[in-house]
Amino acid sequence: MTRHRGRGIASVNYPIGMNLGGDPSQALVHSNPSGKFTVALSSIDLGQGMKSVTRQICAETLGVPVEDVYVDTADSDTGPHCMGSFASRGTHRVGNAVMAAAREARGVMMEAAAEELEVNAADLETDGRGNIHVKGAPHRSISTKDVAIAAQFKQGKTISGRGIFLVPLSDVDPETGEMSPATCYAHACLVAEVEVDDETGEVDMVRMDSAYELGRALNPRLVEQQLVGGAWMGVSHALYETPEPYYPEPVHGPRDFVEYLMPGPGDICPHDIAVLERPAPDGPFGAKGPGEMCANPVLPAVANAIFNAVGVRIDDLPITPEKVLRAIKAQGGARPQPRR
Amino acid sequence: MAKTALQFQHNGRDVAIFVDGGTNLLVALRELIGDMTPKFGCGQGGCGACSVLIDGELHLSCLTLAETVAGRSVETLDGIKDGPNLHPLQRAFADNFAAQCGYCTPGMLMAAKALLDRNPQPSRAEVVEAISGNICRCTGYEPIINAVLSAASGGRARA
Repeated sequence: MTRHRGRGIASVNYPIGMNLGGDPSQALVHSNPSGKFTVALSSIDLGQGMKSVTRQICAETLGVPVEDVYVDTADSDTGPHCMGSFASRGTHRVGNAVMAAAREARGVMMEAAAEELEVNAADLETDGRGNIHVKGAPHRSISTKDVAIAAQFKQGKTISGRGIFLVPLSDVDPETGEMSPATCYAHACLVAEVEVDDETGEVDMVRMDSAYELGRALNPRLVEQQLVGGAWMGVSHALYETPEPYYPEPVHGPRDFVEYLMPGPGDICPHDIAVLERPAPDGPFGAKGPGEMCANPVLPAVANAIFNAVGVRIDDLPITPEKVLRAIKAQGGARPQPRR
Repeated sequence: MAKTALQFQHNGRDVAIFVDGGTNLLVALRELIGDMTPKFGCGQGGCGACSVLIDGELHLSCLTLAETVAGRSVETLDGIKDGPNLHPLQRAFADNFAAQCGYCTPGMLMAAKALLDRNPQPSRAEVVEAISGNICRCTGYEPIINAVLSAASGGRARA
């Protein structure tokens, strides 16, 4: 028995969202009686942090503290339309919609403040701490709470805004087949190092090194948690998980977590991540979205690392010990490739 | 079938319920007592989401017959915080971004608590071993392991 080390690399060019059909998302922003703001969405936060990120985007656009914004989401009875949380589209699509809605609400808020301070709205600015004041004259100031109260009780205005983000439709050119399926691309590169046992066919992860270019990281800690966790979903797809191990024959499929395998805490390896921020021209504050791209480069990198370790090329996922052993046997033994 | 009277301690409080024969502890806790912190993941002991402590020992409540806890002490995630103050492990999970969807979190916290109660200064390998019965889909485990280690080294507010 020999354990062979191998290293593989993969790069991905990842489109954010799905543009067929325009991929729209809507957002509504309004001020509450307390002078704080609510963002209504139908988009769903599954734990990736979209509630936090849309809250930040709304607060930054309105010019109010992040504590003053509440995000009400995942209820299609009360929220406006959203395509959903998939295809890494949340931060980019929903974020853009929230930004548009917050911009409109900010316009009403500044007009209401201008009326109270008896100045031109163009001469006002927000301090990000809950106050609006005349540019260059911070003492001529009014709190956003007092603006909301004045709008509600005196001026008869709703401080609110509507936002939608819709990508222009791109039809397929019948002559060339050319089209623009996406407006925004993120990028990733990952190097995986594995150890392959040529007697059992088992593949162990040794380490991963990656670089992700994802526009501006609006919340760096949330981006990091996506990248750390998502990479292991990629490993899981590469080496463990499948509902159809004998596709298309459904028998002997996994029925539970004893048969449907996933990595456990003992299977993980060190993963060094570099985040490159190159703001997207059409992203909210330059953001793209880490999303699915966290997992994608892992699969080809692991397959390449296995080839590098024992010389077998497996293109059917997941790469189980059985497949590795059969392939090694078919080529008459492990053939480690040169390491570069 | 006749129901059986069952008394035990739930997070330090005496409770009495009537259970059908064969009712498991997870169902008793969630449906009869109303403690929703232990989660139903797989119902067959494969995921750890339903983990609770029975007399201080880690158990899978989905595989435990409710009647076997008669007279014993059952501790769930609902009981580990001190009033409004989070347990040091809960604080560490939040600080280390150790939860995303949150479904595995109650089980992870109970497994971690069982470890720190008997071994306040565990090694990384001991933490991995302690949570090895718990599956997490989102975090890649690394933030959870770091959270448990930081709760251990940060000292413990409560025994």
